[in-house]
Amino acid sequence: MREGRAGRRAVIAIPYLWLLLFFMVPFAIVLKISFAETALGIPPFTPLIGPDDDGKTSLLASLANYRLIGDDFLYLRAYLNSLKFAAGATVCCLLIGYPLAYGIARAPRAWRGLLLMLVILPFWTSYLIRVYAWIGLLKGNGIINNLLIWAGLIGDPLPLLNNAFAVYLGLTYSYLPYMILPLYAQLEKLDPTLLEAAADLGCPPSRAFWNVTLPLSLPGIAAGCLLVFIPMVGEFVIPDLLGGPDTLMIGKVLWDEFFTNRDWPVASALAVSMLVLVVIPMALLRKHLGGGEAR
Amino acid sequence: MIYGRRRIFVPLMMLLGFCFLYGPIVSLIVYSFNSSRLVTVWAGFSTHWYSELFHNDAILTAALLSLRIAAISATGALVLGTLAGFVLARYRRFHGRGLFGSMVTAPLVMPEVITGLSLLLLFVSLESIIGWPQGRGVLTILIAHMTFTLAFVAVVVEARLSAFDMSLEEAALDLGARPLKVFFVITLPLISPALVAGWLLAFTLSLDDLVITSFVSGPASTTLPMVIFSSVRLGVSPQINALATILVATVTVVVVIASRLMLTNEKRPPA
Repeated sequence: MREGRAGRRAVIAIPYLWLLLFFMVPFAIVLKISFAETALGIPPFTPLIGPDDDGKTSLLASLANYRLIGDDFLYLRAYLNSLKFAAGATVCCLLIGYPLAYGIARAPRAWRGLLLMLVILPFWTSYLIRVYAWIGLLKGNGIINNLLIWAGLIGDPLPLLNNAFAVYLGLTYSYLPYMILPLYAQLEKLDPTLLEAAADLGCPPSRAFWNVTLPLSLPGIAAGCLLVFIPMVGEFVIPDLLGGPDTLMIGKVLWDEFFTNRDWPVASALAVSMLVLVVIPMALLRKHLGGGEAR
Repeated sequence: MIYGRRRIFVPLMMLLGFCFLYGPIVSLIVYSFNSSRLVTVWAGFSTHWYSELFHNDAILTAALLSLRIAAISATGALVLGTLAGFVLARYRRFHGRGLFGSMVTAPLVMPEVITGLSLLLLFVSLESIIGWPQGRGVLTILIAHMTFTLAFVAVVVEARLSAFDMSLEEAALDLGARPLKVFFVITLPLISPALVAGWLLAFTLSLDDLVITSFVSGPASTTLPMVIFSSVRLGVSPQINALATILVATVTVVVVIASRLMLTNEKRPPA
């Protein structure tokens, strides 16, 4: 049994250490650098422990970056925008995704695999290119405006791109498959005899839906909402390509601080405060995905 | 009457939903064959943009690099992710299991800007402390991609392992097979569909990643999404449409073949 023991330890240790080093330790470093100050040089931030003004070695942590984020209205607005867009697009995903998942789960068994594959297929094609497709559709002289003008419904092109509408649309579109899969998994498990029992007892189908199907699919709804909401909060590509000046989101602000302003400490402080925002939804998701298996 | 309305409502919503999912992709494909430079004005059928694409060195070089990175990192993620999924499914109790579970599932949803920034800061710190990794480039991209895609492999493998019970493995152990042999002879063949799916998933995620890659890449390692992104930022370009069409066609063929293989694999009784 010796081999089993040592083997078991190695099997656990390899992925464990990898994730510790490349997933957990980096957060500690981000936290550390968020307390540093910007400096010219490589790397572009001050060390946390070093000589202070009197030449003594001491801790040089500074809350300046967090104060900046708290004081500057730009950051606060980006935060609120991120929450607003993520929440709104999550609701849109749910409203579009639920009937789709429901329809697939109720389809004849032979069809389900094909329908499900049709949902997943766009997810396998490049995310960037799917966002890009919307630019061609929404532009001032884009496909949708051209169609509407050709049909005589509008005279001048509608402003569809670089505004809040485009961001909601892009988020909903890109994350829809993540909503449909957990909903489908939940709805497919639903015992159809429950609905038959409700019908036998004289319950009309619409009430059976609200009183039986919907409550039983709540775990799927929760998992789907968390699965799309969390990454949406930090989304960068969609506000950058489809959004405009009034649709700043925190992920885009972080990107600009890092790549344009080269201000690593402020970018780190933004990452830490974003993490605070998503850590509770993440713990909830873990509970949903893991079931009761943890501990 | 209510019944009738519902009969129409769900199929109608499904139809609209699938139109929503596929409309933009279809528009990309249609306009990739447009002869006009203006992506949105139809001026006749042409394959001009495809030949232009195949003469675009920047895109071709980046595509080759991306494919290489995706193949290597998906293989690495497959090994690490299979181990992680195996641990989650088979080892119910060990010290720090809660943390391990969180570390495996967190990358699934972690905003990419956070992962990218934190990995970059790790690489910079490591370089200044132990001198490794030297600079940033393909190696740092590989490590980053393996780290965030292994979570997806682990989830797929764990689901598959939980779906069949341990009796086959236990029987082999009872008959005196060594644990390592049991893993390679019994467990791995049983989860092979999950391994194929996990590798493909890791491969596409790596091929597709823009944000994390931008943080950890160096000057000489520009991947395909980075080229696409900088070209898209300048405006729509029919070459990107042509590239999109090729990608969509490839993905469709691969996914159809893979799902066929997995279906036949599942229908066949385990040998």
